[in-house]
Amino acid sequence: MSKQIWGLWSRKKERDGFWNQRRKTFFWIWLAVVYVMLILLDGWGMPPENYGVDYGAKFIAPCFSHPFGTDYMGRDMFFRSIKGLSNSIVIGVIASAVSSLFALALGVAAAVRGGIIDRFVNWCVDLCMGIPHLMLLILISFMMGRGGKGVMIAVALTHWPELTRLVRGEVLQIRSAQYVQASYRMGKSWLEITWQHMIPQVLPIYLIGVVLLFPHAIMHEAAITFLGFGFSPETPAIGVILSESMNHIATGKWWMAVFPGLLLLAAVMLFDGAGENLKRLMNPNSGNE
Amino acid sequence: MQYEKTSILLEAKNISFRYRKDTPWVLKNINFTVKAGERVALVGPSGSGKSTLAKILAGYETPIQGEVVWNGGALKKKGYCPIQLIGQHPEKAVNPRWRMGKILRECWEPEEELLQKMGIDPSWMTRWPIELSGGELQRFCIARVLGPETKFLICDEISTMLDVITQAQIWQVVLEHTKKCGMGLLVITHNLALAKRICTRIVEFSELNQLEL
Repeated sequence: MSKQIWGLWSRKKERDGFWNQRRKTFFWIWLAVVYVMLILLDGWGMPPENYGVDYGAKFIAPCFSHPFGTDYMGRDMFFRSIKGLSNSIVIGVIASAVSSLFALALGVAAAVRGGIIDRFVNWCVDLCMGIPHLMLLILISFMMGRGGKGVMIAVALTHWPELTRLVRGEVLQIRSAQYVQASYRMGKSWLEITWQHMIPQVLPIYLIGVVLLFPHAIMHEAAITFLGFGFSPETPAIGVILSESMNHIATGKWWMAVFPGLLLLAAVMLFDGAGENLKRLMNPNSGNE
Repeated sequence: MQYEKTSILLEAKNISFRYRKDTPWVLKNINFTVKAGERVALVGPSGSGKSTLAKILAGYETPIQGEVVWNGGALKKKGYCPIQLIGQHPEKAVNPRWRMGKILRECWEPEEELLQKMGIDPSWMTRWPIELSGGELQRFCIARVLGPETKFLICDEISTMLDVITQAQIWQVVLEHTKKCGMGLLVITHNLALAKRICTRIVEFSELNQLEL
């Protein structure tokens, strides 16, 4: 009896509650987009003097005029971090867009055409996943001459395999469906069928994939830059900042690592949260929770 | 288009079929013809391969041996297939992510009059497939293949899920339409009364299928 009442009550709460899955998802997406836009706009319009060298102001701990402190050359860490993160975000957006389109095209082509194309795509996926990810990133970035271009190409070229697999699996599910077969018999070409039947089917999983790819791309950009195979040291980038701060952390200059790290973490977690919520909302099994 | 009364419209020549190499034959040496103007019923027990034959005739599957001869030539794989199949599961034959209007117009633009005769309500056009019953969906599945390019209709148990009045209504339309357009008709059913009512010839499937058991 009491269990029944509890059940009824909790269901009522769910129905009346403000935070349903849809609201939560929109909130996360909104938060993530606002954060990224703020950083991007701030970073683009920023005059380089804001994070210029000033040897008179070395190693200042966080205070009102320098909220994130300054580094060993007297550069303001607040502006430098923002500029760095905006660089990283640009890389992340471009790389995840390129990677995901790549994945969409390959996954759909493999599943729709089958046969040798499918085997070739699977072979490429295995090949790409077989090499340690960071290693591949470093190799490609190094080959492309490092810098922004190298990082971007490296990150864009290495993030497609997982999404390709997901897209392929999703298309395979409906490839032999009766309505797809009927569509072929009604004289539709495979391109038309791909566009009208397959793409709408994979779109939810694809969108979630893109959103979850984005933090991955930023993290990897920061990682290879940190290891010294990405941006050159004079470019403000989160990876550069973090790797420089490692030299000073032992001497108690904690702010050089903590604040840029937190900024990066916030971007990654916001997008991860948005992606996870989107996943739960778009999955028919949990969409009505 | 009208065909001569005696000419063979559709012919199954020595068709044998199995789904995989390690599974037993489903169909063996099937020889079967439908002349122009004929309406043929195919009757037989469940699981005897009637639907498989229907799929082969409509080009969904390729026979392992033998061939389907359509109007004197081989059935082409590309383009609109003149032989259209209507299945027994309408909910599987429509894309759940398309609205009904789009589903109906996938290959031709049906006239108002036909839709009215089929009992398709104009307000259903904006609905999703999940919002219609099986019988209502089936009417869409039938209406969408009654276009001018369809020369032969294979109805695989299309009215099993319908009530008797709707069955009568739909068969009335199908019969009228096939007669008007000179379409061939192959009906697969368990309902002998229906077969006698609609078709000019009844074929026992077990006599067709030469499986050595």
